[in-house]
Amino acid sequence: MIPEFGYGVLAVSFFVALYSVGAAVYGAQKKSLAMIESARRAMLLLFPLITISAATLIYLLVNDHYEVSFVYEVTSRSMPTYLKVTAWWGGQAGSLVFWSWLLSAFASAVTIRKWERDIEFLPWVIVVASLTAAFFLGLTVFYENPFMRFWSMNGSVEPSMFPPAGATLFTPQDGRGLNPLLRHPGMVIHPPMLYLGFVSFVIPYAFAIAALITGRTDDRWIRLTRRWTLWAWLFLSFGLVLGGRWAYDVLGWGGYWGWDPVEIAAFMPWLTGTAFLHSVMIQEKRGLLKQWNMILIILTYALVIFGTFLTRSGVLSSVHAFAESAIGPLFFAFIGLTFISSIALLIWRWPLLRAETEMKSMLSREALFLLNNLLFMSVLVVCFWGVVSPLMSELFTNQKITLGPPFYERATAPLFAGLMLLMGIAPLSAWGHSTIQTLGRALWKSALVAAAVTAVAYFTYTSNLIALIGFFLIAFVVLVTAQEFWRGARARQSAQHENFFVALTRLMGRNRRRYGGYIIHISMMMMAIGILGIEIFQAETQNTLKQGESLTLENYTITYREIASWDNNGAGVNYTRAVIDVQENGVYLGKLTPRIDYYFDSQQNMTIPGQRSTMRDDLYVLLVDWQPASADGATFKVFVNPLVNWLWVGSFAFLAGVLFAAWPDKDPAEERSHTRQVAKQPSAAD
Amino acid sequence: MKRQLPISNSQLLFVALLALIFANFTSAAAQTRVPTDDEVNAIARKLYCPVCESTPLDVCPTEACHQWREQIRSMLSEGKTEDEIFQYFEQQYGARVLAEPPKKGFFWLIYLIPPVIILAGAVILLRSMKEWTTKTEPVESSETPAAQDDYLARMEEELKKQK
Repeated sequence: MIPEFGYGVLAVSFFVALYSVGAAVYGAQKKSLAMIESARRAMLLLFPLITISAATLIYLLVNDHYEVSFVYEVTSRSMPTYLKVTAWWGGQAGSLVFWSWLLSAFASAVTIRKWERDIEFLPWVIVVASLTAAFFLGLTVFYENPFMRFWSMNGSVEPSMFPPAGATLFTPQDGRGLNPLLRHPGMVIHPPMLYLGFVSFVIPYAFAIAALITGRTDDRWIRLTRRWTLWAWLFLSFGLVLGGRWAYDVLGWGGYWGWDPVEIAAFMPWLTGTAFLHSVMIQEKRGLLKQWNMILIILTYALVIFGTFLTRSGVLSSVHAFAESAIGPLFFAFIGLTFISSIALLIWRWPLLRAETEMKSMLSREALFLLNNLLFMSVLVVCFWGVVSPLMSELFTNQKITLGPPFYERATAPLFAGLMLLMGIAPLSAWGHSTIQTLGRALWKSALVAAAVTAVAYFTYTSNLIALIGFFLIAFVVLVTAQEFWRGARARQSAQHENFFVALTRLMGRNRRRYGGYIIHISMMMMAIGILGIEIFQAETQNTLKQGESLTLENYTITYREIASWDNNGAGVNYTRAVIDVQENGVYLGKLTPRIDYYFDSQQNMTIPGQRSTMRDDLYVLLVDWQPASADGATFKVFVNPLVNWLWVGSFAFLAGVLFAAWPDKDPAEERSHTRQVAKQPSAAD
Repeated sequence: MKRQLPISNSQLLFVALLALIFANFTSAAAQTRVPTDDEVNAIARKLYCPVCESTPLDVCPTEACHQWREQIRSMLSEGKTEDEIFQYFEQQYGARVLAEPPKKGFFWLIYLIPPVIILAGAVILLRSMKEWTTKTEPVESSETPAAQDDYLARMEEELKKQK
C-alpha cells in the first residue's frame, strides 16, 4: 500500500507539472493572468507533492522494505539509519526523484518572489522549470520507478509496480547494500552538492529563455538571476572539490582527480558556468556579448542535463550500454530538443541581441574576458571530445579505446596556464580601453617580484620548468590581486580619511562581487599550489614488509609494527588494520593505521589510507592487497604528496570568497528608507 | 727484455674460463632477479584495466588485474621492454588497455579535432574583435594623464557613488 501511495503521488506530480506547462503557455498566449496564476500555483504544488513522495521513499528505505527493488538495491539491514536516508540518491531511480525535488524547491522559491516588474517573464520561467521537472518526473513514473516491488511467479522473481496476474509479493531477507565506496561522508554530501549546482543552473536558463521569448533582451534577466548563478556555481564547485576529497580518501590511488568521464561530466557545466559568470559582467558593464551569454547559459543547461545523465547511468562504458539503457535515448532526445529549440529561439532574437557599444581596445577588460571565455571553451572542447571520442571510436571502428589523464593533462595544462595569466592581467585592465603601456605600468612590479619568487623556488625547491612557470603565475596572480586590495583601500583611505583597515573593510563590503571575486582568485591559486605539488612532485613506492621491517621514501621511513583483523557483524564489515611507525629524518613522528574494509553484502574492498598531513606534504600510506596481509608480511604503497593540503585549504578560502560575493546585500531601497527613518527619530543614546 | 707474465698460460685459460662462467652466471642472475613492485607499477600505471572502466592497472583491486600485474613482472624478468609489454597487452586486449590510443589511422582524429576546433574558435574571436575595434576611433595615447590615472579615476568614481 505504501509504495502505491508514493508512486501515485509521483504520478500526480508528473501530471501537475504538465498542467503547469500547458496553463503557462496558454496564459501567455491569451494574456490571461488567471491562467498564469493557475500555472504558478500548480508549480508551487509540485514541491509539497514531491516531498510527500520522497518522504514515502525514505520511509521504505529506513524501514527495510526489501520487497521494493530500489530499497533492496541500495540498502541493507547493517547500514546505519543516516546512510539509509542518504541512499535516496545512491541509485538512479532515487536520484531522479531527488533531482525533481530540488528543482521543485528552487522553482517555488523563484516564483514566490514579487513579479510586478517582470511579470512577462513569469509564464516562460514556469514553462522551462515545469517542463524540466515533468521530464525528470516522467522518467521516474514510466522508466526508473523507485517504488517497483518484487513479484514471484512460477519460480521467477520480477520487479513490477503492479502485481502480475497470479503473482505473490516476494520479500528478500536483506538488501544488497549501498556500494561501500559511497558510504564515505564526502560521498554522502557530494551528490547533493553537485545536484544543487546542476539544478540551480536551471533557473538562470529559465530566465534566459523567458527573455528570448518575450524579446526583453536588456540585462534584466541577468541581474535577476545573478545570485542564483553564483550559488549554483558555489554548489557545483564545492561538489567537485568534495568528489576530489572523496577520491583521495577512499579510492586508494593517491590522487584526487583521474579524468574519469563521470568526473568530467560534472566538470563541463562548471566550465561553461564559470565562463558565463565572467562574461555576464561584460553585458552588465558594457552592453556587449548578449548573444554569447545566451549561448553560454544554453550550453550550461544542456551540459547539466548531460551531466546528470552520465553520472548515474554508466552509459559511457559503451555505445551498446547506451542503446540498451531505457532512459539513454530519452535523455538524448530531451537534450537535443531543448538545445535545438533554445538555439532556434536565439537565432530568432539574434538581431535584438546586438551589442549596445563597441569594443575599443584589444587589451580592455572586456577583451581579456573574451579571451578567458575562449580558454574556458577550449578546455570544454577537450573535455567533451575526451568523453565522446571513445564512443565514436567504438561506433566507427568497432574498437574500444581509453583516454586517460595524459591526454587531458597535455591538452589542458597550457590552457589553464593561460587562464592563470589572464587572472593576473585582467584585474588591472580597465573597462573600455587599456594599452600595453598602461597595463605594463600597472603590472611590472608584480611581475618582477613574481620573478624573484620563482628564482628563490629555483634555488631552493625545484628546477622543473613546468613547476617554475606555475609558481611564477601563482605568485603573479596573488601579487596583482593583493595590490588591488592595497590600492583600493589606500585610495579610499585618502578620500574618506579612514584608518586603513576600516577603509579596506568598507571597500570590500561595498564591492562584494569584485572583492569576493578576488578572494576566489587567490583561493584558486592556493588550489593551484596543491595541484602543482601533487602532479609534479608526487613520489611513490611499494614493497612487501615483514613485521619490524622498514621502507624509506623521501625523508620518511615507515616501519611495519602489527596487523589485526576483526569482523564488525553489526555493520557487515571486516576490518584489516596495520599499525606502522613513521619517522622523518630519524625523528619519530607517530603511528599511522592504513586499513582495508571488506563489506560482506557487496563483497567489495575499500582501502582507507593512513595519512599524515602538513602544509608541506602528505604522507599517504595504503595497505594494498597485492599479497594477502598477515603478520608474516603485508604490502604497503607509500606516497609523498607535496603541497596537496593547499588544495583543500584553498577550497575553504574559495567557499569564503563565493559566500562573500553571493551574500545578499541589504536591499538598497530598504536601506535608504531605514536611514531616513533613523534620521527622523532621535537616537536612543540622545 | 721481454717481460714475463706472472701467471702461466694454463692459469690464464682457467681464469678466462672462470670469468666466462661468472659472466654467464651474473647475466642469468640479472634475468631471474624478480622485478620490484615499483618497476611493475611504473608500467601498470600506464595501462588500463580491460574489465573495470577508467581504472589504471596499478590500482585496480580485481583478481584479473592482479594476474596482469604478475604477467608484467614475469615479462620484465624475461627482459622485455616497456614498449614490448604495451604491444603485448594491446594485441591481447585491444587498444583500450592503453592510456591513449596509438597515433595511427582513425585515431589521429582524436588528437587533431580539439586543436582544430580551438584554433577555429580563436580565429573567429580574433576576427570579430578586430571588426569591433576597427569600427571605433583610435585609442587615445597612453601617455595622456587620463590614461595614467585610469585606476585612480575609476576608484574615485566608485567612491563618489558610494558616498
